[in-house]
Amino acid sequence: MAKFLLYRILQAIFVVIVVTLIVSFAIRLTGDPAVMLAQGAGSITEADLARIREALGLNQSFLAQYIGFLRGLVVGDFGRSFMGGTPVSDLIGRALPATLALAFASLFVSIVVSIPLGIKAAVSRGRWPDQMIRIFSLIGLSFPNFWLAIMLVLLLSITFNLLPPSGMEGFSSFIMPAATMGIILTATNVRLVRTTMLDTLRSQYIMVARAKGLSNNVVLYKHALRNCSIPLITYFGLQFGGLLGGIVVVERVFNWPGLGTLAFEAVSARDYPVLQGVITVLSLMIISINLLVDIAYGLVDPRVRKE
Amino acid sequence: MTTSPALSVRSLSVNFGSNQVVKNLSFDVFAGKTTAIVGESGSGKSVTSLAIMRLVEYMNAEITSGSILFRHDAGGSQPQDLTQLSDKAMRKIRGKDIAMIFQEPMTSLNPVYTIGDQVTEVLVLHEKLSKEAARVEAVKLLKLVRLPDAEALLKRYPHQLSGGMRQRVMIAMALACRPKVLVADEPTTALDVTIQAQILTIMRDLQQELGMAVIFITHDMGVVAEMADQVVVMRHGEKVEEASVEEIFARPQHPYTQALLAAVPKLGSMQGENLPRMDPLVVLEGNVACTLGESRQQDTARTDAAPVVEVENLVTRFDIRKGFFGGVSHRVHAVENVSFSIFPGETLALVGESGSGKSTIGRTIQQLQESTSGTIRFGGKAVADMSRAEKMRLRQEVQYIFQDPFASLDPRKTVGFSIAEPIRTHSLLQGSKAIRQRVDQLLERVGLSADQAERYPHEFSGGQRQRICIARALASKPKLIIADEALSALDVSIQAQIIHLLMELQQDEGLAYLFISHDMAVVEKMSHRVAVLHLGQVVELGERRAVFDTPQHSYTRKLLSAVPVADPAQRRERVLLQGDILSPIRKVGDEPEHLPLVQVAAGHFAAQEARSAERLSS
Repeated sequence: MAKFLLYRILQAIFVVIVVTLIVSFAIRLTGDPAVMLAQGAGSITEADLARIREALGLNQSFLAQYIGFLRGLVVGDFGRSFMGGTPVSDLIGRALPATLALAFASLFVSIVVSIPLGIKAAVSRGRWPDQMIRIFSLIGLSFPNFWLAIMLVLLLSITFNLLPPSGMEGFSSFIMPAATMGIILTATNVRLVRTTMLDTLRSQYIMVARAKGLSNNVVLYKHALRNCSIPLITYFGLQFGGLLGGIVVVERVFNWPGLGTLAFEAVSARDYPVLQGVITVLSLMIISINLLVDIAYGLVDPRVRKE
Repeated sequence: MTTSPALSVRSLSVNFGSNQVVKNLSFDVFAGKTTAIVGESGSGKSVTSLAIMRLVEYMNAEITSGSILFRHDAGGSQPQDLTQLSDKAMRKIRGKDIAMIFQEPMTSLNPVYTIGDQVTEVLVLHEKLSKEAARVEAVKLLKLVRLPDAEALLKRYPHQLSGGMRQRVMIAMALACRPKVLVADEPTTALDVTIQAQILTIMRDLQQELGMAVIFITHDMGVVAEMADQVVVMRHGEKVEEASVEEIFARPQHPYTQALLAAVPKLGSMQGENLPRMDPLVVLEGNVACTLGESRQQDTARTDAAPVVEVENLVTRFDIRKGFFGGVSHRVHAVENVSFSIFPGETLALVGESGSGKSTIGRTIQQLQESTSGTIRFGGKAVADMSRAEKMRLRQEVQYIFQDPFASLDPRKTVGFSIAEPIRTHSLLQGSKAIRQRVDQLLERVGLSADQAERYPHEFSGGQRQRICIARALASKPKLIIADEALSALDVSIQAQIIHLLMELQQDEGLAYLFISHDMAVVEKMSHRVAVLHLGQVVELGERRAVFDTPQHSYTRKLLSAVPVADPAQRRERVLLQGDILSPIRKVGDEPEHLPLVQVAAGHFAAQEARSAERLSS
């Protein structure tokens, strides 16, 4: 176990370095933060810009800046935002819970909906419930998420004035963003659950369970579902990573105060420390999810447990 | 007072869509008695078993007509027609009054729940026992099927158990509620013979104890002869014959039964004969059993010539690593110090149970597997000293036939292409016309027709596919063919035909065979010499007659005595091999003891017993 953890930690460090290195390098190719900061400040001379760069530490070489960033990381200091000087850790501290809440809400909705629907589709394979579920899942897959988000806002907030159009305040504000992400996730997950379930239902131990006289629900939800869960957990884990990426768009549309919005603004303003901080946190989260997935394998499947 | 049958099937028909797979089937089974349903693949015997459990509904099949009458007691009580019951009422009977054992013990237990969970589940459901009471009962049940250390077993998972142990757990589960009727669908087919013998004994004892009616579904006539009171023979979904077990074997009436019995190799049938014998084939022409060909001795082995292959002190081991950084903690000692040679025109059989290393030897000779040490010589030259070109040539001269003919043919290529591939690879012929002619000729040689070359593997039956694999093996003009359980997946009638074909080819082409098999009766029929393997070591080696008629090593004797003989008059008490098959996995540093072979008669060698005897019986 100690070896396993050590391996995972080394892996995490490597991933964070590679990802932040690429992002930090690429963002520096796209524009000068000093110019961004100086915008609207009237006449700016080249000397002023140089002073700003020096204040921000941008006069150093890229390598020196990057090593400085890593040094900060080791002691838990992400630096300060170029825009206003707020510590990056404060910004992330405020945005992270919002994003996590939204991501988990979406994933939760999708799992709770897709498992029974996927199972229903599998057991009624080829008949009408299966056909309906598959058609709806195809429709769900075909929506672009930004379009769906805008339509929801237009319909539910503007026309009917039922739900708040933006921001994060109370339960009702979760409904539209979570539904937007959830619908698309559910569409994929239903198909995945259906396919894995069909495979599992062909296993002999399912027939054995039926031969014991167990009811259909016990056979499906006790004997079959747990065997399905290995591929499902793997996929849900991967999906969570994708979800964090996809959340940027949805957060923009609903003006959700999360990491997506923070990252978007940081890119627009060439706010290097904020962007590097957000990316580091996202990478760490994806790594932790993978770790959780590995641990979950052992919980559901005795065959992967160490002797 | 006559007793009524515990279960009567009357005019039962089952359909898969519009395809009728069981037609108008009727039979009875009585308390304490066994009715065997025998037939080959596609005969509808397994569907019948699932129909009795009303489980066909979950396979998109349906019972279209007929009835299944079940009596709760042997007196005159009114029978229940299972086909008319609601699903809910049927669930009360399933697993309680009628229970079932399935074929594949490796897959019939749910891998994610403990043995305890799975055995107690039935007791809690049907007997309404508390968890604690069910656990106590489960321990009793596991002891009943003679599983050692029952308490500890409850907490273990299926993957930690061997096939034989899992099948015993399955039986314990089926017997949990003392069912009146037990349906056993090929319960021992996937098991080694010694384990099969244990399971059959347990089943018979428990049947006596509980007075169960047993419906035993099998394709194995040997098992039928051992187990059945009454026999129903099925073919293409129909019953072709029913009689008592003595009648069926002594005086089979229907030509199909006659052909089936003629095809079954019987252990001991070659007693007193020196050479393998090619028997005439009994085939059905319409509805008449015809005999094709004649009996002939297979005097093809040229032991005076130089051997085709010599294996000397061969050792093959596999390392088992644990964890990502983990070192080697255990090793599989698959092959330990094995030596033998094969002469032109000779069939050497390698027999043994799972884990005996017989397949690894075949794979090592074919260079599909690296050996750890030892030498393999072809035509006097060691493989290790061969150049690349010589090794390539070796791949042409040694061919392999696998157990599963479907998996060993590329499903997206025509069979003609597959057969032509070795000819192209080794540039044996130039020009597509010449190759095409050769392929046609090969197809005809194995009993297929030339116009089938353009077809794909899925268009052929299992037996035909194995013929195609043989044609492909022949395509490169081999000197040695390694047949690794090549007959095990085939029905007996097809198996008899393939044996015939292999012997014919040996006669005509002077081929040498390394025949790897667990089936002692087939080995007896085909082989000139036999090597018996146990835990990677040869424990006995000699002429087939010597090994089978006068076995010297205790393991050979146990193996032979475990084989069910297809003759009910020969039911016998056996030397039961207790416990499980031993594992060839050992800790690093724990080297196995090498047992030297001692000559007991001319050309007949047996390993010393001493400590090994004690290991075998533990």
